[in-house]
Amino acid sequence: MDYATLLQILDSTIRLAVPLLLACLAGLYSERSGIFDIGLEGKMLMAAMCTGAVAALSGSVWVGLLAGIAGSVIFAAIHGIASITFRGNQLISGVALNFVASGITVLIAQSLFRQGGRTPPLSGDARFNPITLPFAESLSGVPVIGPLYSEVISGHGALVYIAFLAVPVTWWVLYRTRFGLRLRAVGENPASVDTAGISVIRLRYAAVIITGILCGLAGAYMAAGLQAGFGKEMTAGRGYIALAALIFAKWRPWYALMATLLFGFFQALALRPDVIKNTMGFDVPVPALDALPYILTVIVLAGFVGRAIPPRAGGEPYVKER
Amino acid sequence: MTRLPRWADVVLVPLISLLLAGIISALVILAIGQSPREALSTMVTGSVGSAYAWGYTLYYATSFMFTGLAVTVAFHGSLFNIGGEGQAQLGGLGVALVCLALPWPHWTLALPVAMVAGALFGAAWAALPAYLQARRGSHIVITTIMFNYIGAALIIYLLVNVLRPAGQMDPATARFPAGAALPTLHDLPILNLIFDKKIPANVTLFVALFACWLVWLLLWRTRLGYEIRAFGKSEPAALYAGISPFKVTMLAMLVSGALAGLMSINNVMGESGRLLQNSSEGAGFIGIAVALMGRNHPIGVFLAAILFGMLYQGGAEIGLWTSIPIELRTVVQGLVILFTGALDHMVRMMLGVFFRPRRTEVA
Repeated sequence: MDYATLLQILDSTIRLAVPLLLACLAGLYSERSGIFDIGLEGKMLMAAMCTGAVAALSGSVWVGLLAGIAGSVIFAAIHGIASITFRGNQLISGVALNFVASGITVLIAQSLFRQGGRTPPLSGDARFNPITLPFAESLSGVPVIGPLYSEVISGHGALVYIAFLAVPVTWWVLYRTRFGLRLRAVGENPASVDTAGISVIRLRYAAVIITGILCGLAGAYMAAGLQAGFGKEMTAGRGYIALAALIFAKWRPWYALMATLLFGFFQALALRPDVIKNTMGFDVPVPALDALPYILTVIVLAGFVGRAIPPRAGGEPYVKER
Repeated sequence: MTRLPRWADVVLVPLISLLLAGIISALVILAIGQSPREALSTMVTGSVGSAYAWGYTLYYATSFMFTGLAVTVAFHGSLFNIGGEGQAQLGGLGVALVCLALPWPHWTLALPVAMVAGALFGAAWAALPAYLQARRGSHIVITTIMFNYIGAALIIYLLVNVLRPAGQMDPATARFPAGAALPTLHDLPILNLIFDKKIPANVTLFVALFACWLVWLLLWRTRLGYEIRAFGKSEPAALYAGISPFKVTMLAMLVSGALAGLMSINNVMGESGRLLQNSSEGAGFIGIAVALMGRNHPIGVFLAAILFGMLYQGGAEIGLWTSIPIELRTVVQGLVILFTGALDHMVRMMLGVFFRPRRTEVA
């Protein structure tokens, strides 16, 4: 494999890792607060449709982004009502919302545009246009690092940089702020948080809404960054890969970055079977690459690579003592 | 919270949940500028309006009975098996391998062997998640989701690279021999007086009904069933009573996977006559809705499966004859799962208002 091909693959790794990373961080907030969220997929899909539709109608990707976040937050709020207020089964609620999202996105897109459940193709200001980082042009002549900077690191849409910034921000929020301490505590032992006079319900709602916002970013990037418009089931299981990455990362932000980059790399490789054949000397079937994130996650879950221990109160509705 | 009378819990709660799902679906249809009345009438005529329509409704219902029972058995052991989809697809692989292995002379010989293979392959696909849950404590929901994707990738690989006959373009196995084709209800004597056109519902329906009875027998009339239910109610109590959590988890999941795998005699052997990509077409997931709606009882599962058969067949008709997309049925399915599975406390609270006076009378 030559350097140019490697750069191409790294570039698509970054682009494919971003929706996974945003969704993974989204899940991190919710699960750290003790609310399991299988519905990342549905929220991303909803956000992708809202972004695709509103960006096409308004011509502005930023208005579309806001609509995407709104759509995702509505689903997050329903999940919150079902699992926090009514103490329902969080897993079932997530599964249900994924189905609702899968169907309702097509229904809305079809009734708005009548293009077989798709939104019209986006172009120009209705998409996230590439940002050229400073000196990308002038540094591209520098050997090795130059092309890496100008082709892989520079030239992505704004959400890509926001996603990578979200990693240190999440780390800082989680481990260096009062909110983060309380969030982690409420996921481990909500009774102790309640005893300290802090509202478990408010904290968990806050976490679920943050999850909604981040899933909104992930979905918006799918519709207006990675692709140009919404299509039926366009997230194609990315919400579940993000969930897998979250477990792989053992619910920690920096590890989440590495896990999603790894899974993004697999997806990038799956798009270039020719490259694998040339470097490895044999054919790796594409389905094997597709399945690799899931297989790795099962191996991690099996406890062979250190144990993945979820937040202790995860999935348990909190009932105040009377 | 008020405790509802048993009949209200068993009958009213699912019905109210269904009603709420229906109301929201109607609002969705209104919001996209279509007529809910037209949708409902298309759905009802298209799914139960004629013997021909029933032929399709019963075909779907057969699949949903198996996957619904699969979720039910696991639920009683407080295990949430989301992997029905993967288990059903792997079951389809087992059925396909059996049907292609021999030039079967008659379906009565092929069916039992195919059933064993489908059940074994389905159970095998549930075995590893069950083992990881029982021994390693990894969450069964997550592992079964992962196994759905791994299973789908495995099937695609096998269909494209191994099982596809030379010269065929689409990823599917060769057609099964004629002797492995199951008779539809149209081919059976007496029943062909009712079903006078070619329909997909086939003899698997009777296997499904038998499976409903067997699951009832297993859960409420055997020692294993008692152990599964006891373990599901309270793990420490079951442990204290000498019930092995490992054994119960493994067996409940194996039975669950076998039931999901059995579904594929309906769609793979009975309908398509060859193994296709994504053969289960979401029936594994609908099993979740069917089990929740059916209150985890075989009779309830039977009724809910017919209801979802209607929804599926009727939804297809809506997609065909009205300008409402076929995806409406996915929305209804999701709403039913949401109301019966996650917002059931809300529904009970709503009903509790009506039952409170009666309760004070009794007290």
